Amino acid sequence: MRASARLALLLVLAAASSGCSSVEPWVKPYERQYFADIVMSAERDPAAAAYLNHVFEAREGGRGATGSHGGGCGCN
Amino acid sequence: MTTLRRTSRTTAFAAIALLANGVAQAAVLPDDRADVLYHRYDGGGVTIDGPSVLLRKKFAEKYSVSANYYMDMVSSASIDVMTTASPYTEERTQGGLSFDLLQGKTQYSVSYTLSDESDYTANTASVDLSQDIFGDLVTVSFGFSQGWDEVRKNGDDAFEETVDRRSYRFGLQLIVTPRLMTGLNYEVITDEGFLNNPYRSVRYLDETSARGFSFQPELYPHTRTSNAVAINARYFLPHRAAVHGEYRYFTDTWGIDASTVSIGYTHPWGKRWIFEAGYRWYDQSAADFYSDLFPRADAQNFLARDKELSTFTSHMFSLGATYELPSLGWDRLRRSTVNLFYDRINYQYDDFRDITAGGAPGTEELYGFDADVFRLFVSGWF
Repeated sequence: MRASARLALLLVLAAASSGCSSVEPWVKPYERQYFADIVMSAERDPAAAAYLNHVFEAREGGRGATGSHGGGCGCN
Repeated sequence: MTTLRRTSRTTAFAAIALLANGVAQAAVLPDDRADVLYHRYDGGGVTIDGPSVLLRKKFAEKYSVSANYYMDMVSSASIDVMTTASPYTEERTQGGLSFDLLQGKTQYSVSYTLSDESDYTANTASVDLSQDIFGDLVTVSFGFSQGWDEVRKNGDDAFEETVDRRSYRFGLQLIVTPRLMTGLNYEVITDEGFLNNPYRSVRYLDETSARGFSFQPELYPHTRTSNAVAINARYFLPHRAAVHGEYRYFTDTWGIDASTVSIGYTHPWGKRWIFEAGYRWYDQSAADFYSDLFPRADAQNFLARDKELSTFTSHMFSLGATYELPSLGWDRLRRSTVNLFYDRINYQYDDFRDITAGGAPGTEELYGFDADVFRLFVSGWF
């Protein structure tokens, strides 16, 4: 499990360092206005979202991989 | 004390997620804001409510500090409590601090959270890193959390156990088209220590008992490792609204497999309103050592009758509304909103029976309940 995490890290770092500056953006900066719209925000209200995740974790056996920001919920 | 045990352990990490917000958008620190929230959960004989306050402030567009205070006031007469104990009330408080540093397209975050109640203390430290690549169309993030918990037992001063918790996580966000963004999250969590509840019991068949069954303390393995992977997508509709969906698969060394599917729709109305609606489905299998009714005392090495480890399905329906307040005339307050979210959750258990309903052991009605969850909060941006 730790080995798999390290492998994922290495793969991503390798991809990131292998000339990402040469990749042509497939969505131009002037085409990204929709992502600035508030309705496209995945975590518009972080305090409220964190509370709801807490409710799920308290009532369910499943846990983790909940946050797009990488925080997740590493609780047991 | 099911609620309390799970509450303290879980919210500590939820707070870390809250404090670490902004990691996904590595090139921009979150705006200065303040949230004051009242939360309430009411279901299954358990009522939990209280306040939560979140403050964020950034400096020189490079540093950001967040602080969170959270409180649970618990009144529990859950089915666990009613079958083997007495109703109780309890309070839990939690505080957290986070510091973010933005350097170019890389964001570093460190967080610390302390949760405390009469019989459980949880400390959690976390580090997160995220990087924008490929012209800011992809954000990669990594995180690690370490938790140190103390488990105590009210009424037994000699009882003291510990739990060591670790979380390793990886995230990827990808802008696919001008209207579509997707994400992937993967997380491994390990626990080691006293993982069961010092108050809860399992039941077993006992012909010498008038009811036909008796209870003995539950006993869990001292280690648990889980893997969870989630994929999500969010799409901007032509009429300025958004739909989103997510699927998560979970599996652990206790034998629990779970799937979660959620969908939602966000719709602005006029200049001041935003409405949301959503549905979430959750389904899990039972832990290998779970049973509603064991055939005899000490039937196996590990014993559990925690309904959160049983086979069950839940359905959640959500509604939410956000209203942007007119200008209050304060120069420093750029924007403010009032928000109300309501969730109705139905839990239906496949192998957890309601002992209070009566009947021959093992033939009682299967348990189920509805829960109402409210979140009322005010947000201000500065």
